[in-house]
Amino acid sequence: MTVSSQANVEESTLVAQARDGNTRAFGELVRRYEGKIFRLAQHITQNREDAEDVLQETFMKAYEHLDQFQGNSKFYTWIVRIAVNQALMKLRRRKTDKSVSLDETIDTGEDTIVREIAAWDENPEQKFSREELGGVLDTAIQSLEPLYRSVFVLRDMEELSTEETAEALNLSVPAVKSRLLRARLQLREKLTRYFKRKGDDAFAYL
Amino acid sequence: MLTCKDFLRELSDYLDESLDKEIRAKLEKHIAECPNCWVIADTTRKTIKIYKGMDAYPVPVDVQSRLMAALEKKMAAKK
Ligand SMILES: [Zn+2]
Repeated sequence: MTVSSQANVEESTLVAQARDGNTRAFGELVRRYEGKIFRLAQHITQNREDAEDVLQETFMKAYEHLDQFQGNSKFYTWIVRIAVNQALMKLRRRKTDKSVSLDETIDTGEDTIVREIAAWDENPEQKFSREELGGVLDTAIQSLEPLYRSVFVLRDMEELSTEETAEALNLSVPAVKSRLLRARLQLREKLTRYFKRKGDDAFAYL
Repeated sequence: MLTCKDFLRELSDYLDESLDKEIRAKLEKHIAECPNCWVIADTTRKTIKIYKGMDAYPVPVDVQSRLMAALEKKMAAKK
């Protein structure tokens, strides 16, 4: 479905062509973004099978609703939004994920969590094997509320801007910022257990 | 005087380097004098860096062909 001649075509041109029923143009859009969408789906769902479903559902939905895509945002931001919704829906359906509560109002007040303050080594991750490190990072990120996790994944792993993240998650910019701070601090807290410098066990409460 | 709470509130923007010079200078002065906030800033920065470097599985070939097949079916139906 994809041909190499499409590889240098502008995204907006491809979207316009796809809207006119050019299936090769849509195929090229899929080819451009499937890796990114699959990656963020893995990070948000923390489950390979769910991520595969999310990938498929995202592009099927995008194709179905292509006429609803407004040219004022990037196509990528638009499909990220679809993907995040699909991923969060998976989490909601998965009964084992007790942390899911999307309607919960989150207090963004002052009680930012900082309990453990201990310095880390310069490249603490290098003390772990790839598998060990993956396990540590997965466990930490899995413990975050899905909405915090989504903000962190989009901002810090997929490197979307604050505004793009707000658009993709249907949140305000201040809400993205406060959730990002909380997510970062919670992960920092969890990782400190593994990464702190030996003998540097100072605890403090702020 | 900037408190540790003030510092924490600005931490994300500080790490993203999206603050104006004046606030940035104040925060830098605070961490120069406050070892706790220095550690928090340093370890949070490392947290972000480590996650950025984390890899994910590429799209498996069978998943890719299933997606393409489903799309082609849908596209054919739409015509
Ligand atoms: Zn301080």
